[in-house]
Amino acid sequence: MNFLIISLIKAALIAFVLLTALAYLQWIERKVIAHIQLRVGPYRVGPHGLLQPLADVVKLITKEGVIPSHVNRLFYIMAPWLAVTLALISIAVIPFGPEITVGGVTTWMQLTDLRIGVLFVLAVSSIGVYGVALGGWASNNKYSLLGGLRSSAQMISYELPLALAVAAPLLLANTLSFREMVQYQSGYWLGFIPRWNAIPEILGFIVFLIAGFAETNRVPFDLPEAENELVAGFHTEYSSMKFAAFFMAEYANMVTVTAVATLLFLGGWTPLFPEPYSDFVPIIVFALGGLIAIYHGLNPARRKDKFTLPAAGLVFLGLAALFGVSLFVPVLKAILMALFWFCGKIGILLFIFIWVRGTSPRFRYDQLMRFAWTMLFPLSMVNLLITGLIVALTTK
Amino acid sequence: MTPLIFFIFAGIAVFCGINLVAQRHPIASALSLVGVMGSLAILYLQLGGEFIAAAQVIVYAGAIMVLFVFVIMLLNAGAEGAAPRVSGIVRYLGLILLAAFLGLISFVIQSMLPRTEGVVFGAFQGGTALEIGRKLFTVYLLPFEVTSVLILIAIVGAIVLARKEI
Repeated sequence: MNFLIISLIKAALIAFVLLTALAYLQWIERKVIAHIQLRVGPYRVGPHGLLQPLADVVKLITKEGVIPSHVNRLFYIMAPWLAVTLALISIAVIPFGPEITVGGVTTWMQLTDLRIGVLFVLAVSSIGVYGVALGGWASNNKYSLLGGLRSSAQMISYELPLALAVAAPLLLANTLSFREMVQYQSGYWLGFIPRWNAIPEILGFIVFLIAGFAETNRVPFDLPEAENELVAGFHTEYSSMKFAAFFMAEYANMVTVTAVATLLFLGGWTPLFPEPYSDFVPIIVFALGGLIAIYHGLNPARRKDKFTLPAAGLVFLGLAALFGVSLFVPVLKAILMALFWFCGKIGILLFIFIWVRGTSPRFRYDQLMRFAWTMLFPLSMVNLLITGLIVALTTK
Repeated sequence: MTPLIFFIFAGIAVFCGINLVAQRHPIASALSLVGVMGSLAILYLQLGGEFIAAAQVIVYAGAIMVLFVFVIMLLNAGAEGAAPRVSGIVRYLGLILLAAFLGLISFVIQSMLPRTEGVVFGAFQGGTALEIGRKLFTVYLLPFEVTSVLILIAIVGAIVLARKEI
């Protein structure tokens, strides 16, 4: 019974945080791309457009959901929900931090640890393609169909290098559970180089990230929704919440891919620096951020900055103070440190995803396929063989 | 709890299997087959075969069936027309023969089963990736290698056949 209650609390917490983060990820993406393109991005709803996600959600919910007349109704309605469900389900096996004890209850910062956690994520992502393919087909529109076809061909092709890139760190750690994966990567070489898989497996890490871009249909692999060729690709005929579901699925997939990359290659929640030094990193980062914001607030470039930047600066300083306090409270420290490093790594990877979208053009379709089969696949294969050889030679 | 889950997913598997045959549209049939694969994976999981369950979803539901759906979409196969009308006698005769056939099959299976106690959920522990890998590379090494050569031949054959078209 106790287990059930704790699991319910954790599930509710994770669902709430994840859905909010997904909404704000979209805001961050619009802001970052806007600044890359010398615009300001969303600015009207709330200070610096901070309430824009809320406004978007309200808009999408209250909009009329049009169902075109010649669609295959069952599959048309099923597709977006299939996509979003399969995209959100992977978060259940992602661990966010170590085992903690809160008020006498000991629990892991994770919903459930499967012995085959890595395979579970691969399995869920491999059936995730049905949402996009079905949506494209059921819309009864040639642009949608082409988008769905491209998406399934692309996901089948890139799943291969992705899975092979994942297999190499699994060989090193000799486990399929995310939890043990992170435990394998804790510790430091020579006392200061983190034992992350990304260092011996740099090739695998790069292949994984590239294949991850393709699996999530992001630029430069966003052929399924290429605007200048296919209108909007597989979701051309979708509106209102059904469109939002596809949108949410894309962002949830991004979070999953970056979380898996963090867990397999970047050591999960293990800090970049050895123990006593790593404790001060979040304090320094947040305090510096706060001070810079306050400085710019005192020398405002725009009229509004006089109020918004000092407010943001105070929030950052507050966070720094929170981390400072946590040094004296072991429970708080365990939670906050793990979250800081884990979310920090995911955040950096997500920023790279957005950054690439802001800078790089789209592949041509034949380039996309040739790249997967003649470049990534042999590369990941060679990486796996070398890793296997080294593991075979070093273990008795 | 476990028998309940077993019956739910066994029911879904049977329903999807019948639906696969009954549906007129190839996409609907293909998706029913995905349903069968998915529920079978759950049953494997219940029996302790966690690796087989994951492989079932990744290989069958995720890779093979996606290719099926992909090809159906690519060829844009439409719904089949209604089956030609069958006379009443044939229909009733078919029903009786079907019952007889099912009875015969169940009798044969029943008589072939070893007389042991029933399956206990959670009793089997050898389904982890570790155990299966160890078995594959020691006891079943020859079948494993032969299968991989067979798959290689199939791939080469597929490429040769496809090149002829280009």
